[in-house]
Amino acid sequence: MITLQTIRKRFGALDVLQDVSLALRSSAVTALVGPNGSGKTTLIKIVLGLTRADQGTLHVGGQPADEAGDYRRAIGYMPQAAHFPVNLRVGDVLDLVAQLRPGETVDDDLARAYDMAALKDKFVGTLSGGTKQKVNAVIAFMFRPSLLILDEPTAGLDPLSSNVLKEKVRAVRAEGRTVLVTSHIMTELESLADDVAFLCDGRLRYAGSIADLLRTTDERSLEEAVAALMRAERAEPRYAAPEVDGVREAPRWLVPGAEGAV
Amino acid sequence: MNVVALVLNAGLRDLSRNRWIVAYTLCFFGIAEGLFWFGGTGPQVLLSLLNLVLLVLPLVALVFGTIHVYASREFVELLLAQPVPRRQLFAGLYLGLALPLAGAFVVGAGIPFAVHARQGASLGGVAALLTAGVGLSLAFAAIATWIALQTDDRLKGVGIALATWLAATVVYDGLVLGAAAVFGDYPLERPLLGLMLANPVDVARVLVLTQLDVSALMGYTGALFQHTFGTVLGTGVAATALVAWCVVPLGLAERLFRRRDF
Repeated sequence: MITLQTIRKRFGALDVLQDVSLALRSSAVTALVGPNGSGKTTLIKIVLGLTRADQGTLHVGGQPADEAGDYRRAIGYMPQAAHFPVNLRVGDVLDLVAQLRPGETVDDDLARAYDMAALKDKFVGTLSGGTKQKVNAVIAFMFRPSLLILDEPTAGLDPLSSNVLKEKVRAVRAEGRTVLVTSHIMTELESLADDVAFLCDGRLRYAGSIADLLRTTDERSLEEAVAALMRAERAEPRYAAPEVDGVREAPRWLVPGAEGAV
Repeated sequence: MNVVALVLNAGLRDLSRNRWIVAYTLCFFGIAEGLFWFGGTGPQVLLSLLNLVLLVLPLVALVFGTIHVYASREFVELLLAQPVPRRQLFAGLYLGLALPLAGAFVVGAGIPFAVHARQGASLGGVAALLTAGVGLSLAFAAIATWIALQTDDRLKGVGIALATWLAATVVYDGLVLGAAAVFGDYPLERPLLGLMLANPVDVARVLVLTQLDVSALMGYTGALFQHTFGTVLGTGVAATALVAWCVVPLGLAERLFRRRDF
């Protein structure tokens, strides 16, 4: 469904992404994880076309991403925090996004589940953070996108709303669509995701199924497994590879796993 | 509706309810009405208001504009994630900022002149004041947009906006006057005319004053300007310069918006 090949991005002297190659399969939820500043947000922004890669290619649905951005018809995006103009009504915001994409089939499941009809006359500035996040979610799922990108999707949502959103993600996966999700709540990712891609210092250090990662790292949960990967990156004694001729090699599961696609 | 109209419509709805824009409108209305109320004739009110316009409009357009563009950043990212061309999105966003600013001034300052139409203000003078105000709003909103796109640091951006205002309204005239005094033995007419056209505030001042018989208030460059071009040609040159002051920063901002990473 979506393929990134040798993506590179540099901000000034900082290499934010270095030769990241990743393929996201359909009918699957892929968790994008990594420490703060590892390049997750930049990678998402490159997929969305908000940031241009210095090198590499992006294919969505087999087609190369075009400069005009038409490929974004296939994408639904839920940013980490919702920031809408405070003097617009919820209905104004939803209408604006709907009218920007005329003729597309609208999925109003989430709008009904979150009772947007009752909110449409309220000004965005009067809404709580969680309610704004619901509006955010409704927009992301509105056009039945074949690729959903969710950045910390449940941040600020109450348990019921969070549960509704997770059920929707599972339904989307069951329909054969692709989901890329980032979160710092590993238990949430473990309950949602099938695959995991681990970024560290701009490099993809692991890409594969969660089950494989747990088996490889010999850990019991995704949180522990990701923590193990992070420790390995910092070369803590327990995880460090032995030095050979004065050179410490990367732990065996990192580089080989990262070369493959999910 | 196309993308420009949709985004502009949202911007107009948002800023027409913005408390600062409402206060800005009421401020101009109150001051103009107060000047009439305290016995000012049309030309006196026009001149008093001109001084205020030349100081306040650039300040509000620069500071409000810069803050508004920063505050809209996340919403812009959400819109950029939709399949819409950046050029059209930029046009909608800019007009959604500049038109409410210009409209607030026209409504606030224009209504008192319409109400007190019989108190001697020439139609040409009022039209020139409103045109200069609209031109300054559009030009400085474009400069504010460019500043906010140029730097990601909000504090630095607002600082640059304030420095720009200070330079355009206070420092520039002082430097020109100083240059005229220091190089008084040389023929300075042409260079000074060029310097006058290089500052939108000076251009706006001359645009209005060429419509009024108040050469004494024009200052050195203004008087020189009228002497060189005469009233009709002078108005045309000043109006063209003001249009250029809208178009050039807007072009720079649009180019930056199309090319930059979000």
